[in-house]
Amino acid sequence: MISKKEVKHIAKLARLGLTEKELDKMQKELSSILDYMKKLKKVNVSKVEPTSHSVQLENVMREDEVKNIDPQAKKKSLKQASEIKDNYLKVKSIL
Amino acid sequence: MELTELTISQAHEGLKKKKFSALELCRAYLDKIEKEDKEIRAFLTVTKNLALSQAKKVDEMIAAGREIYFLAGIPMAAKDLILVQDVRCTAGSKILENYMAPYDATCIKRLKEQGAVILGKTNMDEFAMGSSTERSGFFPTRNPHDLTRVPGGSSGGSAAGVAANMCCYALGSDTCGSIRQPASFCGVVGLKPTYGAVSRYGLIAMACSLDQIGTFTKTVEDARIVFNIISGKDDLDSTSIKIDKIKHPKPKIGNITIGVPKEYFAEGIDSRVEEIIKSAIKKYESWGAKIKEISLPYSTDYALAAYYILMPSEVSANLARYDGIKYGHFTKKAKDLIDFYLKSRREGFGEEPRRRIMLGTYALSAGYYDAYYLRCQKIRTLIKRDFDRAFKEVDILMTPVAPTPAFKLGEKLIDPLSMYLADIYMGAVNLAGLPAISLPVGKIGNLPVGLQIIGQAFKEHEILSIAQIFEKAC
Repeated sequence: MISKKEVKHIAKLARLGLTEKELDKMQKELSSILDYMKKLKKVNVSKVEPTSHSVQLENVMREDEVKNIDPQAKKKSLKQASEIKDNYLKVKSIL
Repeated sequence: MELTELTISQAHEGLKKKKFSALELCRAYLDKIEKEDKEIRAFLTVTKNLALSQAKKVDEMIAAGREIYFLAGIPMAAKDLILVQDVRCTAGSKILENYMAPYDATCIKRLKEQGAVILGKTNMDEFAMGSSTERSGFFPTRNPHDLTRVPGGSSGGSAAGVAANMCCYALGSDTCGSIRQPASFCGVVGLKPTYGAVSRYGLIAMACSLDQIGTFTKTVEDARIVFNIISGKDDLDSTSIKIDKIKHPKPKIGNITIGVPKEYFAEGIDSRVEEIIKSAIKKYESWGAKIKEISLPYSTDYALAAYYILMPSEVSANLARYDGIKYGHFTKKAKDLIDFYLKSRREGFGEEPRRRIMLGTYALSAGYYDAYYLRCQKIRTLIKRDFDRAFKEVDILMTPVAPTPAFKLGEKLIDPLSMYLADIYMGAVNLAGLPAISLPVGKIGNLPVGLQIIGQAFKEHEILSIAQIFEKAC
């Protein structure tokens, strides 16, 4: 069973501000899901290479250059932000 | 026959021969939505004005005597995680409740170039996380065949929309069965293409190494028509691959060996589903196919367990972008930046995304990476090998799509694991990146049952032509 302390730590890493009640519920649910995952330990994976993608991928390179952006599109995108100042995203103070 | 019952090919013929106009066709669907969607609730957004203006353009082309493309004037819908420029795109989540798509997804761009008519955006489990569409941040969708039951998920709105004739075809996405399972529950054709066959540019990501855009249609032929348009290389998705368009195939059933993996008929399957699937396979045998029982030891239980480590790991990374700053829901009561993140994400995400973000963060966190994530990537290799071995002996595989027909609303909501197990026959195909189709082959009472046909990578044409044999004969 995953401990409450661990659940709290994970929630902080994941930037989810869960309430105490939600943390309790999460602890139970994660524990039951991770129990199900125990069967994965039965598989012998020694000498098996990992697969990250099903298809063989190659890196695709391109120049890193600024392309012309439709000013209307730019305006619309900025409008979706929580706060804007002088065409920059504004965030709350860190310290 | 009502206009909304037509297949793509029939509607295209009708438009060309001027039996009806694109505007009439479009209005027939909009009326249908207005009447029926109060109960079914397949749509999150209906784009009436966009649809009417697109239909008008097609009529002008026809009036001017110009050739029209196959999909011109044909009304469709897209799952609400596929971007349509200047239309709200929620991914079924409150965190994106007011998000306006700044550009078109590549598949939408290709459909618009054809003259497609976009009726709206369909309901889904939040961020495609679920198997019933009950986990939508807005409201559940109901199964048109039985309103007390779920349409399946996560693309439940798209499946229900096509089944209830509220759109001629629809797009969805499949990460672990999210096209095939709702297609099975709603009795329509659901195609999940090979990973890389359809560009994912403009698809809101759940798990990038597994997500794939595909189609819901009334017939196999319609699936081929839409797939031909949306598939192929796209510079904006580096995992997309150039593929040849499918021509009209002539399937030769006599040369085909069908593999039937025994693990897909083990405990947990509803005996009535088993009977329908086995009798469908028998039909193929009677038409001359060779049937061979095979074994895919890693592709059910182990695949699902590995999936529920790999997917949340990718989810925890993909959903990190929803921080309330650039777009989407943000809290109004934060003290400082960290508090802003914690509250915005807690308020915006529903239960299932939270659970998966937590699971993925745990699996990737220090000390657990090797035991969970890396181990599952190795199991992914074993699953791939299972299929490679099978395809040396057989041409295609046939299995059930889901162990049961559509279940009741609420039935699997309390225990998250029971919902995950609804996808037991689905995950291996995504982990191996293979194409698969869900084909309606029978019913239990009112409830449709789908046969899953799995093909080799980039051989969509094979599964489509094999599916078509059944469709034409039955």
